[in-house]
Amino acid sequence: MSSETLTAAPPVALPQRRRRALYGVPIWFAVPGLFFFLAIVAYPTVLGVYYAFTDWSGLGSAINFIGLDNFVALFSSAETLAALGNTVLMAASITILQNVIGLALALGVSSRIKSRNILRTLLFAPVVMTPIIVGYLWQFLYVPDGPVSTIAAALGFSGVNVLGDPSTALWGVVSVVVWQYSGYSMVIFVAGIQNIPEEVGEAAELDGAGPFKRFAYVTWPLIRTATGINLTLSLITSLKLFDQVIATTQGGPGYATQTLSTLLYNQAFLYNRYGYGIALGLIVFILIAVVAFAQMWLLRDRSES
Amino acid sequence: MRRYSSRTFLLEIVMVAAALVFVFPLWMLISVGFRSSADVARNPLGAPTSLYLDNFVEGWRSGALGPAMVNSVIIVVSAVVILVVVGAAASYYFARSSGRTGGRLYLVVAAGLMVPFQIGVLPLYRLFTQVGLAGNPLSVILFNAGIQLPLTVLLYTGFMRQLPVEYEEAARVDGATSWQVFRRVIVPLLLPVTGTVVILDGIAIWNEFFTPLLYLGGTGNVTLPVQIYNFAGEYGADWGRIFAGLLLASIPVLIVFFVFQRYIIRSFGSGLKG
Repeated sequence: MSSETLTAAPPVALPQRRRRALYGVPIWFAVPGLFFFLAIVAYPTVLGVYYAFTDWSGLGSAINFIGLDNFVALFSSAETLAALGNTVLMAASITILQNVIGLALALGVSSRIKSRNILRTLLFAPVVMTPIIVGYLWQFLYVPDGPVSTIAAALGFSGVNVLGDPSTALWGVVSVVVWQYSGYSMVIFVAGIQNIPEEVGEAAELDGAGPFKRFAYVTWPLIRTATGINLTLSLITSLKLFDQVIATTQGGPGYATQTLSTLLYNQAFLYNRYGYGIALGLIVFILIAVVAFAQMWLLRDRSES
Repeated sequence: MRRYSSRTFLLEIVMVAAALVFVFPLWMLISVGFRSSADVARNPLGAPTSLYLDNFVEGWRSGALGPAMVNSVIIVVSAVVILVVVGAAASYYFARSSGRTGGRLYLVVAAGLMVPFQIGVLPLYRLFTQVGLAGNPLSVILFNAGIQLPLTVLLYTGFMRQLPVEYEEAARVDGATSWQVFRRVIVPLLLPVTGTVVILDGIAIWNEFFTPLLYLGGTGNVTLPVQIYNFAGEYGADWGRIFAGLLLASIPVLIVFFVFQRYIIRSFGSGLKG
């Protein structure tokens, strides 16, 4: 889902915070913000977590506490286990592909090529597009006898139906996300590369280091922060994958592209099993929290060494 | 200084080729809308041969994209205005309070970034129903004002903590109240970070699909992404028609992007996401 916010870390290592102001700002400046936060984020989320342990349908007023029953049911459902597997596989593949491509593009547009500015703009354009629109665009690209299938046929692979074939559908969805967000990884890597003082690369060049050595021993170690931010952002975003799935495969064929988020939507809002759906949401939350804490731990480890 | 060598030229060719592959879907988005669906079915890769506008006319008229676009604009503008005002004020407290409460409350709000909003979205819908806001665009405005607040506060507080405190203290010594300091000293300095806030929050809210679908689906107040979802469902494989709709719906955000691209790319490059 596109709208959640998640931050990795401050963009660059900020200098030590300035000394505390000598005057105190009264709390009422924060009251409207705290009200929005409590009413829209905190209170409904706490309620939602409670509902994960109930049989609430999402509509009526009948709410019974059922303990861990939702979680037991969840881990004994073939569809849920499939969705969990798909979610992890998709998130891992998207994260790897998006960042490898994003890094390659970033190195390209950070070089001396003349077209670097226009390329950077064009490659970034998909990032701002509405995910559901991007999903429909790619549904057409992959439709049988559509553009991709026609190109594949010209190359000798006839009858390609990427989204309709259970063995390729998941990769079709992965490609949609990678296409849309590689430009995002790219600009974060570009920001990291721009922070490297030019003299460092030049010194390496004078010492006879070729482009690959310069990348391995100069660029790569110095863009670790950008890499960390990118890995976290792409993992967390793709763990919540929803819009692009709805617009391309709707989770099918079968369960082939069902994710935890699409399953959550189906269970909570189509089948009126809200408590069960929220239990799925908690699983997503736990996965995300693990990623976020892993990143925090990794960054801390680095700054101390 | 490295110069433009033959190796650079080779890289230029490789990069342009890669960009062409990337741009191909965008080219399809434009070309399919300008062709009849029969023509598209015959030759999906073909280019438009004449200025065929039926899809756009029909799509605009029957697809109800106009009213949905108006709703989207109203929702984005209202939510972003609330976020800027409420977020900047709260951040002023978080960045400049004298005790420990400010810092602690800031951490609590910032932790909201990790919470998946799907958990609270239905209990919240229930609350909105109880106060008579079901199906009202105000519910989506308020939802976004809450959901985007942690990011907004993170951006503003981070920015304000970097501001030198001396001007504010001088103003205080001269007898200004906190409100006057905020209004006269802080707010005028916030323009750059407000640009980032508007871009990241605005694009996120504009593109959002799940919550507007849930809160407004089936009413006359749907947003553009929800209307696109309805529209695409309605037209099945009538791709010329669907693509005209997709293109019309993409134009506002693409125009904004190409006009403010340097600024937008810099905002996203900071590693924060709306």
